[in-house]
Amino acid sequence: MPLLKRIVSTLGSLVLTLFGLSVLTFFIGRVMPTDPVLAAVGDNAPQSVVERVRAEMGLDQPLYVQFGHYINQLLHGDLGKSILTSNPVITDIARFFPATMELATAAIIIAALIGIPLGVWAAVRQRSWVDQTIRVICLAGHSLPVFVLALLSLLVFYAVLGIAPGPGRQDIIWQDMVPQVTGFLTIDSLLAGETDAFWDALAHMAQPLLILAYFSMAYITRMTRTFMLNALSGEFVITARAKGLSSRRVIWRHAFPTVAVQLVTVLALTYAGLLEGAVVTENVFAWPGIGQYLTTSLMNADMNPVIGATLLVGTVYVLLNQLADLLYRLWDPRVK
Amino acid sequence: MLVEIENLRVAFRSRSETVEAVRGVSFSVGREKFAIVGESGSGKSLTARSLMQLLPGNAEVSADVLRFDGIDLRGASEKVLRKIRGKRVGFILQDPKYSLNPVMTIGQQIAEAWREHKGGSHKAAMQAAIDLLEQVKIRDPAAVAKRYPHEVSGGMGQRVMIAMMLAPDPELLIADEPTSALDATVQAEILKLIDELVSARGMGLILISHDLPLVSHFCDRVAVMYAGRIVELLDAGQLQQAQHPYTRGLLACLPSLRHPRERLPVLQRDAAWRN
Amino acid sequence: MIFFSREWLLDDTPANRRQAVWGRRYRLWLSLRSNPLAMAGLLVVAVMLLLALFAPWLTPFDPGMQHLENRLAAPSAAHWLGTDELGRDVWTRIIYGGRTTLGMVIAVVLLTAPLGLLIGCIAGYAGGFIDKALMRLTDIFLAFPRLILALAFVAALKPGVESAILAIALTSWPPYARLARAETLQFRHSDFIAASRLTGASPLRIILRHIMPLCVPSLIVRVTLDMSSIIITAASLGFLGMGAQPPSPEWGTMIATARRFLFSEWWVPLMPCIAIFLTSLAFNFLGDGLRDVLDPKER
Repeated sequence: MPLLKRIVSTLGSLVLTLFGLSVLTFFIGRVMPTDPVLAAVGDNAPQSVVERVRAEMGLDQPLYVQFGHYINQLLHGDLGKSILTSNPVITDIARFFPATMELATAAIIIAALIGIPLGVWAAVRQRSWVDQTIRVICLAGHSLPVFVLALLSLLVFYAVLGIAPGPGRQDIIWQDMVPQVTGFLTIDSLLAGETDAFWDALAHMAQPLLILAYFSMAYITRMTRTFMLNALSGEFVITARAKGLSSRRVIWRHAFPTVAVQLVTVLALTYAGLLEGAVVTENVFAWPGIGQYLTTSLMNADMNPVIGATLLVGTVYVLLNQLADLLYRLWDPRVK
Repeated sequence: MLVEIENLRVAFRSRSETVEAVRGVSFSVGREKFAIVGESGSGKSLTARSLMQLLPGNAEVSADVLRFDGIDLRGASEKVLRKIRGKRVGFILQDPKYSLNPVMTIGQQIAEAWREHKGGSHKAAMQAAIDLLEQVKIRDPAAVAKRYPHEVSGGMGQRVMIAMMLAPDPELLIADEPTSALDATVQAEILKLIDELVSARGMGLILISHDLPLVSHFCDRVAVMYAGRIVELLDAGQLQQAQHPYTRGLLACLPSLRHPRERLPVLQRDAAWRN
Repeated sequence: MIFFSREWLLDDTPANRRQAVWGRRYRLWLSLRSNPLAMAGLLVVAVMLLLALFAPWLTPFDPGMQHLENRLAAPSAAHWLGTDELGRDVWTRIIYGGRTTLGMVIAVVLLTAPLGLLIGCIAGYAGGFIDKALMRLTDIFLAFPRLILALAFVAALKPGVESAILAIALTSWPPYARLARAETLQFRHSDFIAASRLTGASPLRIILRHIMPLCVPSLIVRVTLDMSSIIITAASLGFLGMGAQPPSPEWGTMIATARRFLFSEWWVPLMPCIAIFLTSLAFNFLGDGLRDVLDPKER
């Protein structure tokens, strides 16, 4: 049964990679810092706490035993405690991650809806002014740090033009007024029938969303363009044209499908990049997501959340990649 | 006359230079089998593709006359060209590994060609596709229709190509080196198939090849191209009376069972042939 | 025959290897030169390097000298780009910031490119278990978005330029290893490698002398294109307070410290932003141009 074999090997590969991730985070969290205990509890912790955690972490024991503890903790969902919030890291992450997911998901949808057709257009009109303009837009997206654009956007749309709301996810009046169902404020407010809250959430989301969408779009458009250029130079495109098919049909029903599968991988990679972009964007717009959690913890030398958040992002990325790989194999007849 | 071409020129312009790949080619084709023979780089493929404007974007085409069935194709709009492509002129490319769409099934590709020009339901088109696969002598056509191009052999792929291009019942078939990518044993079969189908349907054929003896078997007239020009144009039966030194050189290079020689002569190129 | 004249370089039938090699380099240069964007990029990069190199002679002020009585001054004849929140000359700090940034980038490249190249070539050539193991290692590092992993590393070490360099380097080598491996796989089974083996060359020698040089062109392209990404990551680290620490003039750090003046004395945080943008853009143009020249099928 080749399908079963393939599933098993994929799972095995996944487990191996995740294992590697945990090794790496273990290394960063426990081996690298000069005093992992202080990193975990902070400089101001009372001595009793320090002693207790030191015993818990078992730092006097050989590394592989410590690592065993670490894996055990991970499997039980124990990522340690945050100094700042005094909550278990896993609770904090569960609270903050949906906010980032909301941004990232909306951003990638917009980026794909705009970016893919733009990339196709640029490839079809290669070397024309359309192509050059699109290339420049993408290039600018590669040459700017996310936080620069975020700051500029804040300056222009909030300070100068005054059309964007201030930082944060929603206005104070709406804080905690919308019952949590999905964690996505926009969906939750619609579900609760609070349309004003919905518009407020949307307005707050607009800036970080558009900025993240722009950066993802730059990558998606460029990859789509490259793939399409490759596809359009294929002989089968000449065949399709020789059949008397319309340009639109040749592009979208012949060239594009050969490329669609590769785009899935691109989208997976982009999503991971979005999580990265979210780190600085959330910082600028005070968006209460995982990025904000990570950077705040960083600035306060709170190691557990940093490791926990890093592990989470890494895991999401690995899962996304495997998913993309799986879709690739299922979809592309050439690989079957 | 189906095809009339006079003084066709195809040039490629790059940043530093302009290269003229086709330098003033003229010929006409009726409902007959016409062959264009030449070596790589002689411009024969480009000549065939320029008729249907299937050249790459950076190619510049000019001609005094470029007509299909009296319709002027110079600078013709996509609308005009689309009425001719597929429907009235079929085009077979060289290597089915690359010229067939890799992510569409064989049946779907042929059915698409049928539906585009004849209309009808998906079901009817698919049935027509299976019929066509039978016409090109593929066994078990219903099963093959469900396969993808990379799952069939080269010879079968070319048969699929032929079926696809004959689906709209065109009047002219242009075959650009249809057998060059195939094994020697399969080459003759494919050409025979083309020959039979073209004759049965009363079509015209323009056959591009580098294989002189092969085409002289199947075609009525032969044009020999060298360095972007036609250097000789004669009936297939009169090949032995060829005048131009290039053609004579090509003929002399051919090994023969009846007149075996110790050494095959080497073609000596004369720069004067470029004029 | 005059050496290095145009005719000698463009000769279609080179008489010796040296002429052929230089002829090829010259042709590549001509090809690059015909690309205006790439030339613009090259110019900007060259200017940046010169400014960074000769910083002390090109800047009228000391980057650390504070003049609190003249804080947040607008651009003027005395201070071309104004002064920051501690009265330091912005132009001077930008140039010295360029030193820091470019220095970081060069350090990262010197660390990662040879390492990635070696790992990729070994993996590609050796195959089997070594290949699988090395690629698994590469995958693990690639599983983290660069900035996040760099942040984690810096958090474990002490925040600062050295930590930032190390952190960025640790997250930058995987793509080069991947690239080198892909290239190596292409050549591994070719005849000239087989010939080398038949003459008794050891695997190390084959990798070092034959395979690695072949991977260099695409690696150069990748490195140049990556430069802008490294600059942006370094600036992001600085912005988050994890890179160069104040009062060190690194562009990202400068933006972070001046952030609260965004709505009033906007030029203070804006100038470093422009510096980052121009430098990244220049490297991108140059990298694109190099790719068109060295690896045309990738366009």
